[in-house]
Amino acid sequence: MNIVKATAQNPKELRAVYTETLFGIMEKHPQVVAMDADLVGASGAGKLFKAFPNRCLDMGIAEANMYGAAAGMSLTGKVPFLHTFAPFATRRVFDQMYMSGVYQNSNVKVYGSDPGFWAIHNGGTHTSMEDLAMTRALPTMTVLAPSDATQFAWCLRKAAETYGSFYIRAGRKAFLDLYDPSSEFELGKGIIVEEGTDIVIFAIGEMVSESLKVKAELAKENLSVGIVDLFSVKPLDEELVRQVSKGKRLIVTAENHSKIGGIGSAVAEVLAEVGNTAPLVRIAVNDRFSEVGTADYLMATLKLNASSMIEAIKAKL
Amino acid sequence: MTTTKLKRFSTEIRLETSKMLLKRGFGHLGGAFSIVETLSVLYGEVMNIDPSHPAWDQRDRFVLSKGHAGPALYATLALKGYFPKEWLSTLNDNATHLPSHPDRVRTPGVDATTGSLGQGTSLAVGMAQSFKMDNKPNRVYCIVGDGELNEGQVWEAFQYAAHAKLTNLVFFIDENHKQLDGYTKDIMNPFDIRLKLEAFGFNAVRIPGNDEDLILKTLVEARNVEDKPTAIVLDTIKGQGVTYFEQLFDNHHIRFTGEGEAALKDAIAEFEKQLTEVDA
Repeated sequence: MNIVKATAQNPKELRAVYTETLFGIMEKHPQVVAMDADLVGASGAGKLFKAFPNRCLDMGIAEANMYGAAAGMSLTGKVPFLHTFAPFATRRVFDQMYMSGVYQNSNVKVYGSDPGFWAIHNGGTHTSMEDLAMTRALPTMTVLAPSDATQFAWCLRKAAETYGSFYIRAGRKAFLDLYDPSSEFELGKGIIVEEGTDIVIFAIGEMVSESLKVKAELAKENLSVGIVDLFSVKPLDEELVRQVSKGKRLIVTAENHSKIGGIGSAVAEVLAEVGNTAPLVRIAVNDRFSEVGTADYLMATLKLNASSMIEAIKAKL
Repeated sequence: MTTTKLKRFSTEIRLETSKMLLKRGFGHLGGAFSIVETLSVLYGEVMNIDPSHPAWDQRDRFVLSKGHAGPALYATLALKGYFPKEWLSTLNDNATHLPSHPDRVRTPGVDATTGSLGQGTSLAVGMAQSFKMDNKPNRVYCIVGDGELNEGQVWEAFQYAAHAKLTNLVFFIDENHKQLDGYTKDIMNPFDIRLKLEAFGFNAVRIPGNDEDLILKTLVEARNVEDKPTAIVLDTIKGQGVTYFEQLFDNHHIRFTGEGEAALKDAIAEFEKQLTEVDA
């Protein structure tokens, strides 16, 4: 692991990162194929489909068949990368992910885009607040929730080089840059993004950047906030969770996902086994459905934005 | 010559399947027996395989999408030498290599894990698409149950197979007319399966599913079909090959006690007699 912080902001749309990175992966690995379920226009992977017409397949609006066919291809040596929106990449094909996927040890990589509030104007029907809960429960599944473009690209490259099923959730729009492109991550290893002595926030995805705002605000009140990026949701860096939680006044988790079964649950499971830790505040969607709206509106409504986080943290201090 | 050999192989598969089920005391006999002749033709004559190298990458692939017929596949694989015949008596034992439904991780020769109905069709489609993409000669065969056609995923896979012109793929539909709860026409009427598949863009034929010669001939002809995958609807009987089980109404999953146990023992004796006669 070699983490270098980003020194400037030049955030790229994550869908562009997907196409660019996969382009490089496909040039390097002839066995890699790309599949989409009639969302090539939405993922922006058209460039990829033009460059590798024989290795890119639009499987139509038939996600179960896409997942199963990908698993079948992987049993003949291919390494398929699938993209569709997060709810269709998980909820709609969960049994395929189980039997055709992990149970028979196939080798399928999934990019579930626009998880949680990123569904914005597609609304509640297209919102997945439970994808981490589902995928975490699958034995051998690697579950990743990258927090910026550099980390997302690393996750894709790592998935290509590692045998087994991967679920990678990320928005399509740009996330703020956190890491320099020279950074190297590790599966199962969290990253201490910011040191802090009073409070620690274990965050994933876009919530890592949101936590930086929380840190800046609470610093004004002389509260020292540490931030840990737990992008490797599974395998989870349990040791780091135990270590960093020691001696804190408050432990916080932050995720664009349901309070049930996501990173908050995962951290709570670790802490409950330790016992006698500081109180835990889980910033997450509180067992409710989402709706249509802008990202800002939804973050506020679902109580995921920095001001909601600060309010929840103060209530527990 | 081929027919005699294949008929003998079919009897052997039925015999070994019967012995496995008798030992276990229960199992999916009905749907296992209705695909015996097809397994016999595929593994006895058609498929390019090397049982001493189950993972040989040039092999043809077989997907038993109706995974509950696993015991018939195990009997076939053991007879071909993929694993010791003694394993057959361990069906569904604790820590067995032979679970009720095929598991490619546990059993040599099993190309795909199946059991959750419908999913094998997409696995087969993916394998065929992969071979086609690489211009490889491998072919893919997949047996689907007629009850299994209730599953929507099957039709997604069929659409894609025809769209992508997977000429290296053959789907068999085992039309044994029954599913767990009763006749398919009463649970979810399949109507004319061959016509449906033809409308989906398949080279679709319907033949008796107990005729090795005809199954073989149909598969040979399918190799020359251009631009279309092939679907062979097999007109079969659930429990095919043993009158008692053919006539038993609830013959999806059977407990072999009393009359049923006696019938299975009689069937075993009859298969053994037939094999002795053929050899004589």
